[in-house]
Amino acid sequence: MPTDTLPNPEKSPERSSGELIRLEQVTKRFGDNTVLDHLDFSVDAGKHVTLIGPSGSGKTTILRLLMTLLKPDEGTITVDGQKLFPATEKERREARKQIGMVFQQFNLFPNMSVLRNITEAPVTVLGLSKDEAVERAEGLLDMVGLADKCDARPAQLSGGQQQRVAIARALAMRPKVLLLDEVTSALDPELVAGVLDLLRDIARTTDITMLCVTHEMNFARDISDQVLMFDSGRVIEAGAPEKIFSEPEHDRTREFLSAVL
Amino acid sequence: MTWDWSAVSDFMPHFWDGLLVTVQILVLGSLVSFGVGLVWALLMRVPSRWVTWPVGVITEFIRNTPLLVQLFFLFYVLPEWNITFSALTTGVVAIGLHYSTYTMQVYRAGIEGVPVGQWEAATALNLPLRRTWTAVILPQAIRRVAPALGNYVISMLKDTPLLMAITVLEMLGEARLFSQQNFQFTEPLTVIGVAFIVISYLASLALRALERRLAH
Repeated sequence: MPTDTLPNPEKSPERSSGELIRLEQVTKRFGDNTVLDHLDFSVDAGKHVTLIGPSGSGKTTILRLLMTLLKPDEGTITVDGQKLFPATEKERREARKQIGMVFQQFNLFPNMSVLRNITEAPVTVLGLSKDEAVERAEGLLDMVGLADKCDARPAQLSGGQQQRVAIARALAMRPKVLLLDEVTSALDPELVAGVLDLLRDIARTTDITMLCVTHEMNFARDISDQVLMFDSGRVIEAGAPEKIFSEPEHDRTREFLSAVL
Repeated sequence: MTWDWSAVSDFMPHFWDGLLVTVQILVLGSLVSFGVGLVWALLMRVPSRWVTWPVGVITEFIRNTPLLVQLFFLFYVLPEWNITFSALTTGVVAIGLHYSTYTMQVYRAGIEGVPVGQWEAATALNLPLRRTWTAVILPQAIRRVAPALGNYVISMLKDTPLLMAITVLEMLGEARLFSQQNFQFTEPLTVIGVAFIVISYLASLALRALERRLAH
């Protein structure tokens, strides 16, 4: 794999210390339903953190808050010291540059070629020249194994291929944080492994911080530095994957794991 | 009643003049309705009642008053305020504006039909709002609704004879003028009737071809 195309090719230990993401006293309600209740939560730079827990426990809500797709009702959220909430639209735009997201449903732009899906934001947001953006996109497509699909439309690709393009599209912005929201849930079973292998490679060879919500427990065990067990909007248990998966302390964690494993 | 082919050939030069005007009205009127309708649709999405309320009232008013009244109003009332346009310009503006209140609803449906995930992806990539609209949302929305917009072009064709009322000599105007001068009504009216069918039919063929192309 050509490492020069990756966002942060060198593992730099000095950068992987220190807090990158911080949520303080974050509350999010949907109507009467309080999904997150005064949550405190932080992620250190370079870490790979997996959020697990039953549906409705608030895992995806955290990712969506970090991507500013939702607004918290209370609390503060910062990324790399920059404010996401509360913040002006300008501050939020600036802070958001640090974050990329890959969605369950891929959300590629169907009206654009694969290549243009990847070059669009680097050109219009980061101000790269078209040539620079194309070069970066081609490197990433090579990395995700789709170098020959530059001119294809998303609709001509399989789900697994679309998701790999979506990963390339997110990485093209060179974010410090990559949010992965159940990225294999919409895929046919035989396509899951390819996407997970790609993410494993990215986790191993870059120092990008990953925050992932997944039901793939083996994947979570492989890539995570830390696993957080959510229940009813609170972290009820946190620790290294070996510990959480082998000797969970909390009853709810045990119940959840026995249901999904 | 007898059919007189010589009346047909006498009418033909006038027919071509009228056809040219009808096509002008249709093309320009469509462009006005596509452009203004899009502006209405976008204004209705501004998150402020100070914008959406007046736009809603104005467009509701235009949609629910007869085109003929609007034509007379623009043609006879505006000059009293020293605003004068040619009959053709007035007609194109009136018919375009009238139909814009329909195309705005088509655009709205198209915009609302774009999956929310597209907006989310645009946010995740930090695309500016304007770019999100021009590069992501509108291309998809317009692609969805192009056939519906085309149907309004065909409707508009059938309303073009109303412009006769403000002295525009489109096909019906030419036919009426010819009939009154020559006392031959059957031939010119039949000719333009056939012309309307032919244009509608060609337009619907073009539309179907467009639909097939857009359906990938």
